[in-house]
Amino acid sequence: MTDKAIIKASHLTKVYKTDLLETVALSDVSFTINKGEFVAIMGPSGSGKSTLMHILGALDKPTSGEYILDGENVENLSDDELADIRNRKIGFVFQAFNLLPRTSTLKNVILPMTYAGIPKDEAEKTAIKYLKMVGLNDRLNHTSNQISGGQQQRVAIARALVLNPAIILADEPTGNIASAQANEIMAIFQDLNNKGHTIVMITHEPDIAEHAKRIIHIRDGKIAQDSNGHKQLLVKKNK
Amino acid sequence: MNLINLFLESLSTLTLNKTRTGLAILGIIIGIGSVIALVSLGQATQKSIQNQIQSLGSNLLTVSPGAVNQGGVRGASGGGTTLTLEDAKTIESSPQITTIQTVSPELSKRTQITTGASNTNVQVIGVTPAYSDVHKIAVDSGNFITQHDVDAMTKVAVIGPQVATDLFGTSSPIGQKIRAGGQTLTVVGVTVSKGGTGFQNQDDIVFVPLSTAQKQMFGSDYLSSIALEAKSSDQMLAAQDEVGYFLLARHKITDPTLADFSIFSQQDILNTASSVTGTFTTLLSGVAAISLLVGGIGIMNIMLVTVTERTREIGLRKALGAKKKIIITQFLSESIILTFTGGLFGIVLGILASFIISKISNSLFVVSPSSILLAFAVSAAIGIIFGWYPAQRASNLQPIEALRYE
Repeated sequence: MTDKAIIKASHLTKVYKTDLLETVALSDVSFTINKGEFVAIMGPSGSGKSTLMHILGALDKPTSGEYILDGENVENLSDDELADIRNRKIGFVFQAFNLLPRTSTLKNVILPMTYAGIPKDEAEKTAIKYLKMVGLNDRLNHTSNQISGGQQQRVAIARALVLNPAIILADEPTGNIASAQANEIMAIFQDLNNKGHTIVMITHEPDIAEHAKRIIHIRDGKIAQDSNGHKQLLVKKNK
Repeated sequence: MNLINLFLESLSTLTLNKTRTGLAILGIIIGIGSVIALVSLGQATQKSIQNQIQSLGSNLLTVSPGAVNQGGVRGASGGGTTLTLEDAKTIESSPQITTIQTVSPELSKRTQITTGASNTNVQVIGVTPAYSDVHKIAVDSGNFITQHDVDAMTKVAVIGPQVATDLFGTSSPIGQKIRAGGQTLTVVGVTVSKGGTGFQNQDDIVFVPLSTAQKQMFGSDYLSSIALEAKSSDQMLAAQDEVGYFLLARHKITDPTLADFSIFSQQDILNTASSVTGTFTTLLSGVAAISLLVGGIGIMNIMLVTVTERTREIGLRKALGAKKKIIITQFLSESIILTFTGGLFGIVLGILASFIISKISNSLFVVSPSSILLAFAVSAAIGIIFGWYPAQRASNLQPIEALRYE
């Protein structure tokens, strides 16, 4: 409602149609996420959380409803304008890391900046800064198959941060990595959140969701529960 | 995203799968190579035929017996019995004829030539001394047919270098005897080689005095042609008309369409030959263009496979903010690099091939710069044309579908 709102979703509905049947993936979902929040969106598979993530990530459009991201209504934008929104306002972290194969970590991190038209020298400096932040400044010229899963995900986080996006959108960020490394990734997220970054994380694992400050439960395309995650965070700290 | 970076990125992507890239390029190499080789082969043929025709003599008009057109049926030229030595003599002596410098009456026939050991089948031409002026024949050793030979009907022959080699090998043919048309002739001269392959080898000819050919060898009163040399090249048309009307009057023919002879200028022959070889060149290029087309389809195929293979990568790039134009440019630049590299190697291959062909067939080596430029342009165009569809397909992938793709 105020300018603190980064994500404002009102009555989002998504219906997938095939010749024979209609599947309602999201039905009248409304919520607001403010700047500086760390939100986990939880739900079993088929609950609609991936669909929600695609809409929040401007990768897909809702069938009806309104989605305002950082003051911009995503509804009537063309494919290229959506690409621009994703580039400037959203930092993606995927389950499968999705780094360019056979390409150095440095070049992977530079990639979104080349799409934003940032000059090469400046882009390289920025990339090194963020790679240092995630502790990979000694792996600049390694390709993605030469580093571990956890390290790949850290490269992806660096890549998500370089354009200082309005939100970081993480889709099952720990789904493909060992638990010890998963905790490192979550520590980085919490650290980023403490520095003021807004993070939205999709997960089906309760103990990963615990790291967030707020948890939105999705079930059958609807919000089942919107709870405060502080308690879980404290539980985690007590472990 | 600047073009140099894009180019370098495409290049590094292409080098990742060298075998596939190489095979895709090979199609274009063969396509461009064959276009260049075949076009230059065609041009070389054209050029050598032109040279050959020009070497037959300059400002040359040829009068052949036989009607140009008789009741809609074209008479076989050269086969008729309408030209006589008298025709040639009056053309030479008449005060009405002002544009002709030299007249060469000729009777030619393919004849078997034998010596004691060997034989060959060649064109035997009965000539007067004027022949050597009109057709620019020079004598390498000995001398040409003289007026005395013609007047006295001597049994002598002047042979082409090809005949000399065929019959006598390396030994001197001067003074040797040959048998032709039932007569034994003494070789008195060998002509200088004019070279040439193709429809009329000018080195594979035997000259005898016209009178000897008519009376003793072939038993004919007629001529197979009269060659005329005009005084200058700009009088060719006038000479053609002048001689034409003169002969019509002599043969008492009032309707020019019923003429019992025909006159060709060398330009006519040149034009006909050029148009024939031009068609030949076009045909060859057409065949080569088909292989280029196949090469282009190969590129499209490879690019489609690449797009499918890199669906996830495309999805990621789009998720990170790549616009359609960037994806299109990326894939187009890959296909253009493929075809352009293929074009480069193809040009080298084509030049090499046409060089080898020219060596083997002993013909001219002609590579026109325009065909090279064209090959470059065509290979780039193929990259754009056949790369467009795959690139378009890549750019239209929806990022979520692409990211989900396994």
